[in-house]
Amino acid sequence: MKEEILIAGFGGQGVLSMGKILAYAGLMDNLEVTWMPSYGPEQRGGTANVTVILSDASISSPVLDTYDTVVALNQQSLDKFEGKVKPGGTLIYDPSGIHHLPTRTDVTVVPVDAMQASIELKNSKTYNMILLGALLKLRPVVPVDAVLRGLKKTLPERHHHLLPLNEQALLKGMSLV
Amino acid sequence: MEEEVRLMKGNEAIAHAAIRYGVDGYFGYPITPQSEVLETLAELRPWETTGMVVLQAESEVAAINMVYGGAATGKAVMTSSSSPGVSLKQEGISYLAASELPALIVNVMRGGPGLGTIQPSQADYFQATKGGGHGDYHLIVLAPATVQEMTDFVALGFDLAFKYRNPAMILADGIVGQMMEKVVLPPQRPRRTEEQLREQCPWAACGKGSRGHRNVVTSLELDSAKMEVNNLRFQETYRRIEENEVRYQEYFTDDAEYLIVAFGTVARICLKAIEEARAKGIKVGLLRPITLWPFPKEIIGNLSKKVKGILTVELNAGQMVEDVRLAAECRVPVHHFGRMGGMIPNPTEILEALVSKLNIQQ
Repeated sequence: MKEEILIAGFGGQGVLSMGKILAYAGLMDNLEVTWMPSYGPEQRGGTANVTVILSDASISSPVLDTYDTVVALNQQSLDKFEGKVKPGGTLIYDPSGIHHLPTRTDVTVVPVDAMQASIELKNSKTYNMILLGALLKLRPVVPVDAVLRGLKKTLPERHHHLLPLNEQALLKGMSLV
Repeated sequence: MEEEVRLMKGNEAIAHAAIRYGVDGYFGYPITPQSEVLETLAELRPWETTGMVVLQAESEVAAINMVYGGAATGKAVMTSSSSPGVSLKQEGISYLAASELPALIVNVMRGGPGLGTIQPSQADYFQATKGGGHGDYHLIVLAPATVQEMTDFVALGFDLAFKYRNPAMILADGIVGQMMEKVVLPPQRPRRTEEQLREQCPWAACGKGSRGHRNVVTSLELDSAKMEVNNLRFQETYRRIEENEVRYQEYFTDDAEYLIVAFGTVARICLKAIEEARAKGIKVGLLRPITLWPFPKEIIGNLSKKVKGILTVELNAGQMVEDVRLAAECRVPVHHFGRMGGMIPNPTEILEALVSKLNIQQ
């Protein structure tokens, strides 16, 4: 098993942390993982992206030009990375603020309105966990349980009361696709 | 602390590894893309556990001279920075080499010249391997390709530095500094006691004690004849390092008709390109130098006798390619493909460069 994933959006949408949670889940599930962020000044308000690779064998390049799965969270990211999904791969996007829709027919294209779902959960910070839930429903590369164990291990104790909300957000995301 | 599996950035791994090795002192000054080294040390507060000193100096120049002072007393001391900061440290590094002092310097390279960019680069290859500061000297230069190697090379760098009484450098690119991977952290080693230090470093300027004489550490020798003797001794050390410490890794070289030579993270991008090349029937191998100095010239010389052409892939305008050409002794064409200024080539680009530059017929 090897899954090459790109998550891209605005700085502040939780792009890097979504990738980090996924990488931790891979660690919990005894997979090899790499997490490679764009670390430029573009993180402050501009676009941010992260490449996450999960594999049961050792990983060569952390830098890729095509991906099994792309999660695009704004128009720029969709424009830039739609063409980078491997044929037969998966393209997930958030339809809010999208003017021109993706046109690829050789990949699975899935809109996930995580913005609306996070409003329903009354917490905009659940946005990226909703998307992660949708991603894991479509590409079950790690079990949901590994995500929750990863979160528990990495979140400081004082934030542990947020674990049930995160689980709820994951399940909400899974129910959207 | 026991051995432990964690997920972390290369820069964070350097900090954890330093504490666990039993380093006595870290002196640094923040600069992207290596600031997490100092940040992680500040967060872990090792001065409360192992007694390790962590100090943010007023500048890179101050930090390297604190390293110079600490190293002269036999302590295991280190600094880290990124390219512009490492340029500032060069005078101190030359003094460390001339005074035959062990120390570890980490350079997480960014694009230059000048202030340049904060994105990854390998453009300090010449600076690290050919001197950098003034005078005839060499650093032992280690090039990590994984977060695990970032961890392991802290111990290796210090071990080699103390073995040969010569500064060592970890020459990493911004990619391996910033990326997170799974890493096995070594168990905690105790810091050396004063007695152990005196035994290991009879040259250290740490007080007479029972030694009966005063040690003086200096790089100054105004008598030219004596200074030449010093230089001959340094050169003898470098020859011993060249004989014993060359490290590299070979991939798919058994049946290779073409060879890529690349170091650091770039070697891993090349591996992906090689997987794609082999799927198309092009037999390519990879040689990844782990020590950039001493350079693995013998193995490259041997491989140059059996391949049709060599390509180096570097995040610079063509630096290591010169050493590869010297090692290949004009037996086969040696070309270079590089990106600069913080740009990173992707596997497809590398494969295209391989086919076009080595004129491979498909």
